[in-house]
Amino acid sequence: MTALSSPRNAISAAGARPASASKQRGDRRGWLYSAPAVVTMGVLLFGPLLAVMLFSLTDWQLGQEQFSFIGARNFQELFADTVFWKSLRNTFLYVLLVVPGTVILGLIVAVLLESSNELKGLYRTAHFIPVMAATSAMAIVWGTMLHPTIGLFNHILYGLGYSGVSWLRDEHTALLALVLIGIWQGFGYAMVLFIAGLKAIPQNLYDAAEIDGADSVMDRMRLVVLPMIGPVLMFVMVVTAVRAFSVFDTVRVLTAGGPNYSTDVLLYRLNTESFDYLRTGYGAALTVVFLGIVIAITLLQAKIMDRRVHYS
Amino acid sequence: MTPLSLGTKGKVLRCVILSVTALFALLPFMWMLSLSIKTTPEIYQAHFHILPESFAGFDNYRVVFASAPMLRFLLNGVLVCAAIFMVQLLVCIPCAYALAKLRFRGRDTLFSAVLIALLIPPQVLSIPHFVLLYYAQLIDSYGALILPWIFSAFGVFLLRQFFSTIPDELIQAAQLDGMSEADIIWRVMIPMSAPAIASFGIFSLVSHWNDLFWPLIVLRRAELATPALGILLFRDDETGRQFGPLMAATATIVAPLILAFLLAQRRFIDGLTIHSVK
Repeated sequence: MTALSSPRNAISAAGARPASASKQRGDRRGWLYSAPAVVTMGVLLFGPLLAVMLFSLTDWQLGQEQFSFIGARNFQELFADTVFWKSLRNTFLYVLLVVPGTVILGLIVAVLLESSNELKGLYRTAHFIPVMAATSAMAIVWGTMLHPTIGLFNHILYGLGYSGVSWLRDEHTALLALVLIGIWQGFGYAMVLFIAGLKAIPQNLYDAAEIDGADSVMDRMRLVVLPMIGPVLMFVMVVTAVRAFSVFDTVRVLTAGGPNYSTDVLLYRLNTESFDYLRTGYGAALTVVFLGIVIAITLLQAKIMDRRVHYS
Repeated sequence: MTPLSLGTKGKVLRCVILSVTALFALLPFMWMLSLSIKTTPEIYQAHFHILPESFAGFDNYRVVFASAPMLRFLLNGVLVCAAIFMVQLLVCIPCAYALAKLRFRGRDTLFSAVLIALLIPPQVLSIPHFVLLYYAQLIDSYGALILPWIFSAFGVFLLRQFFSTIPDELIQAAQLDGMSEADIIWRVMIPMSAPAIASFGIFSLVSHWNDLFWPLIVLRRAELATPALGILLFRDDETGRQFGPLMAATATIVAPLILAFLLAQRRFIDGLTIHSVK
């Protein structure tokens, strides 16, 4: 996403030949080689993208032969639906908790990891393992850890003399439990991105800060690390936010949106409306809302990054 | 080159904090392995011990492989992921080559389209993909698991970036040696881009092995399930109600990728984070 432009090749293989005849040949070859990608991109990506937008303007239900265009009625219905608003609110709450949790934890671990070589590789490996593991399988494991009778969390609570909590059956804790799992799975990923960012900070900046008397840990963080890591921080936040907005697996496996819709999220609604109730038009409208949010975050990042490049 | 220069006290503190966060990262795996070797009565005991009093590991793992099509799920995972990646390479490599090394009208437009495609989350396309497969009568088949993913914008982008760094002189020299363009791609570009192809492969493998969203939508028959969906089917099955076998099953599902990661850490980290590297 950041490497959008790279230097053009001054000479290309085709460019060495005489002009116009070979240029046409070049055109043909270029498109010939690209043909499989162009066709599949059209059929599987841009075609469907257009289709989903069109579907959102119809009352189509999959399997039916007839449908009609109903304008923005799906969206009106969506915006009048309290369950939709609840799922939107839950999704944003989830994102607002997961993103700072993941980013801060990831940054702390990365900074500590890079500060010394002792056991560096081992620590890095340990923190990255959750990223690899299938969310659906690990959600089941978390489900047993959060289990009211046999779960680890309640074992600890009992040990401390408290009574247990039905973490996933309680409206007040269910979403928080999913947030914890979200942070658990993502912070190793953030860590790795931050390590790459930290490695790119030139040594002389630390030296300069030291000469200026900034030798406390906090000073170094404030004067060198945080300003230099800005673009990476932005990137990690966006990647984490997009992943968090796409939360689905843990909801599907652990709570099915409940209790009382307290963990219902956008993609879970999308899945239920479109594929359980087969309300294709309505599901498509939900999809368009989801797409709009994701694109907005990405554009926001592009805009902020742009400004940094121009004015810094 | 360290962000913080630490004294002895700092180093100890670093170790303590990193051990706590590492424990947080690994705790579910330890819990899973612990339960997977315990008997049901012991799991329900009031006091928790990480190691079992009576070892039930053999029984639990035997139940997993005997009663549910767990091997089948793993095989489906290998088959589907391998098929997706093979076709992705066939589609992406020639296009990446053209974008990196050929000059043709519309090249920049095509590249812009690839960049836009990178921004689209796959879940957005699920309804139209389902409709396409529905009318092609492919719902509930391996084809349904594979076909939507044969174009990868990420693959084209990554390979194009890598191909661009291969010097043109090398290609010209190969041409002078009488190699055809197909030869050049096959015998020069691909071997030289092995690291990028490996990274892309890992990205592709991890995404599709772990994907639940799409298999859940298009599959009805359990025998086609890939691992991430298979584990759900196992849980809802009778044996899955017992925690010991259930944890043995989840361990079986996550083990292949984690073992592969432990063997090739650098590659995996690169493969999963490379879209942030300039």
